[in-house]
Amino acid sequence: MDITYTAEEQAFRAEVRDFLRDGLPGDISDKVRGGRRLTRDDHLRWHAALNARGWLAVHWPTEHGGTGWGPVQRHIFDEECAAAGAPQIIPFGVNMVAPVIIKFGTEEQKRHYLPRILDGTDWWCQGYSEPGAGSDLASVKTRAVRDGDHYVVNGQKTWTTLGQHANMIFCLVRTDASVKPQEGISFLLIDMDTPGVTVRPIITLDGEHEVNEVFLDDVRVPVDNLVGEENKGWTCAKYLLTYERTGIAGVGMAKAALRHLKSVARRQERCGRALIDDPIFRRRLAEVEIDLMALEMTNLRVVAAVQGGGVPGAESSILKVRGTEIRQAITDLLRRAVGPYALPFQHEALESGFNEEPVGPDYAAPLAPQYFNRRKLSIYGGSNEIQKNIVAKMILGL
Amino acid sequence: MDFTLNDEQRMLEETAARLVRERYGFEQRRRHAAEPTGYGAGIWAMMAELGLTAVPFPEGDGGFAGGGVELLVLHQQFGRGLTLEPYLASVVLGGGLLSRLGADAQREAVLPQVIAGETILALAYAEPSGGYDPFWIETKAERAGDGWRLSGAKSVVLHGDGAGRLLVTARTGGGTGDGDGISVFLVDPTQAGVGVRGYATIDGLRAAEITLDGAAGELVGPEGAAADALEATLAAGCVALCAEAVGAMEQACELTLDYLKTRQQFGAPIGRNQVLQHRMVDMRIALEQARSMAILAACSLEADAAERERRISAAKALIGTSGRFVAEQAIQMHGGMGMTEEAAVSHFAKRLVMIDHWLGDSDYHTARFAELPEAA
Ligand SMILES: Cc1cc2nc3c(=O)[nH]c(=O)nc-3n(C[C@H](O)[C@H](O)[C@H](O)COP(=O)(O)OP(=O)(O)OC[C@H]3O[C@@H](n4cnc5c(N)ncnc54)[C@H](O)[C@@H]3O)c2cc1C
Repeated sequence: MDITYTAEEQAFRAEVRDFLRDGLPGDISDKVRGGRRLTRDDHLRWHAALNARGWLAVHWPTEHGGTGWGPVQRHIFDEECAAAGAPQIIPFGVNMVAPVIIKFGTEEQKRHYLPRILDGTDWWCQGYSEPGAGSDLASVKTRAVRDGDHYVVNGQKTWTTLGQHANMIFCLVRTDASVKPQEGISFLLIDMDTPGVTVRPIITLDGEHEVNEVFLDDVRVPVDNLVGEENKGWTCAKYLLTYERTGIAGVGMAKAALRHLKSVARRQERCGRALIDDPIFRRRLAEVEIDLMALEMTNLRVVAAVQGGGVPGAESSILKVRGTEIRQAITDLLRRAVGPYALPFQHEALESGFNEEPVGPDYAAPLAPQYFNRRKLSIYGGSNEIQKNIVAKMILGL
Repeated sequence: MDFTLNDEQRMLEETAARLVRERYGFEQRRRHAAEPTGYGAGIWAMMAELGLTAVPFPEGDGGFAGGGVELLVLHQQFGRGLTLEPYLASVVLGGGLLSRLGADAQREAVLPQVIAGETILALAYAEPSGGYDPFWIETKAERAGDGWRLSGAKSVVLHGDGAGRLLVTARTGGGTGDGDGISVFLVDPTQAGVGVRGYATIDGLRAAEITLDGAAGELVGPEGAAADALEATLAAGCVALCAEAVGAMEQACELTLDYLKTRQQFGAPIGRNQVLQHRMVDMRIALEQARSMAILAACSLEADAAERERRISAAKALIGTSGRFVAEQAIQMHGGMGMTEEAAVSHFAKRLVMIDHWLGDSDYHTARFAELPEAA
């Protein structure tokens, strides 16, 4: 057993670091570190920088313009990006719909969509959830009825992350209501400029506009936009979810958050001493750091198994549950670290142009909103309860 | 032993409950929040008219001499409605300290207006580098002629931007963390030398950063000996917050229970899942434990200081933790809905988490509890 990275892996890490030093725009990493809002353009610039280096599509095979990296390389890349303050890659195009198109799409679909994902022409969003179909995804009701060369789509999608920026949405739609729920679903690509598509914002409890409702009224979608076979969409959906769950532990992001927590605790003064010297706070910090070390090792064990040819199965559910709990614990401590200065709601201070004097320490404004925002981690991408059901069934056989 | 309310307390509860029921639906609260003051000016006047703002004051000050239980009863209802009006700031904290410390003339000059709801008081006690410690006071007061001049900074002053008068703690002696040498001053915030920077808080209230630069202040009570009155006032504030937390927890639990029964997934209400049932039970247990501690704190408000302070800290510590637990579970079990601004449950959750940041969080009060000597 040898748990150190190989020389090649270390060299790869150095290469990623070199790239990030020049390739990641400083204004963007400043925003990420300061917990400020990113614009659509910020995301696009970062994607473009990665694409120029050939590193945007980390999961894709090289023939389609991907990196062809293995799991360890992807893990190192994620970790270094988070450490450098890079924004998360918007996953819907690159990491979700693209693998589905590569696996199930026609040659024509691959030729058309993949380059547009790489060069930023298309911004994708995910139309899975509906008001009545959350954890029970197979109960989607949005109907697609064949009419000549088109499907006519009617229904409502919800919780569509960053749908306000998107021009394309991939949807699960019902094409046959007479069979078992999973057997009548299709995977459809919809251009959001088509008449009948309406996007309405949902404001989250932290006051942000991150998710949307998408209404589909008699939307005419060319039959060519079907991926895979009609009524076989559930296969695509499940395949996509395995991608959604890679990197799910979020170790890199947790480590970055922990570093931020320590720096806040060092700077935060409480009655004449730094918060980091407070025994209770120190202990809480130590506990979460130890939990994170354990998660990192668990994650590496899974990564190494996949590198060796295994398939991540229910293990990714363990990583999701623990990873989200740990990130939530860190954001909880960040909020608590600033004491009464967690109270002011400085919505404007999260905007990048803001240059007024902040209320309280300059790092305080995003902390409570982030704490509330990160409650989502245990809800989306398959809630933690659902993940535990998977572990109970697949690993424990219960 | 008797845990029931007497007739007057029951009437008080009914009055407050009706107010909240009829005027503090979720949509109504939204409208109150949009008013320029950040709360319902009409509702505030109504609270005064109903005599609610007089409840905790001694009869000599024109009040009803209500104690801890009356505060408990009122604020529990306020918590159920997530009311925004400055009751805690003006009546319990500002008014409470003035009533405890002020000379006859000062009380007569200010308290009737406070009780009438015409003047809002705010208590500016915390400071930027003091965290939650009320004795960590760097603000200085120096004699100038007949009066006093104050210099320093006060942080996150509840309703500090709408207040007609501020009660400001300042040091007239002693070292920064000492109990000795703390004095209280009435300060007019409109004078030059006072900076007021107001803002909304995450739980929908108003607060302000206050800077004092040679501002004139009128000494309230004995010079350098305000610590005990300050502590007693903050204790009453903690009772109010604990009670509000209980009210908010009740609502968060009710909303969640309702959701578990109605939200359908996999062809059945999600409440059929045992894991959620047990979670709901844990929430209920947390609520009952919190209720018990709120009662204990309320009934200890008139006890001697040593006993009172230990119990207050114990209650605030427990409620900080249980409130957060209930908040997080309520959001989680509401799934995506719990994350939205438009769902009432998220506002109860925010209030519950934020109550821990007012008047000392669970870490602060746990440490304080451990250090306070046990009463003989
Ligand atoms: C910020 C955010 C962004 C999102 N982005 C997207 C997006 O871009 N595209 C998209 O399609 N969707 C998105 N989602 C939706 C997300 O995937 C769903 O919220 C999630 O699947 C849960 O569904 P629900 O909200 O309907 O909750 P429900 O399914 O109604 O669940 C409510 C509660 O019941 C529990 N529960 C349900 N069933 C069971 C069971 N069998 N056993 C035990 N517990 C159970 C859940 O764990 C949860 O605690 C997003 C959600 C959020 C909050």
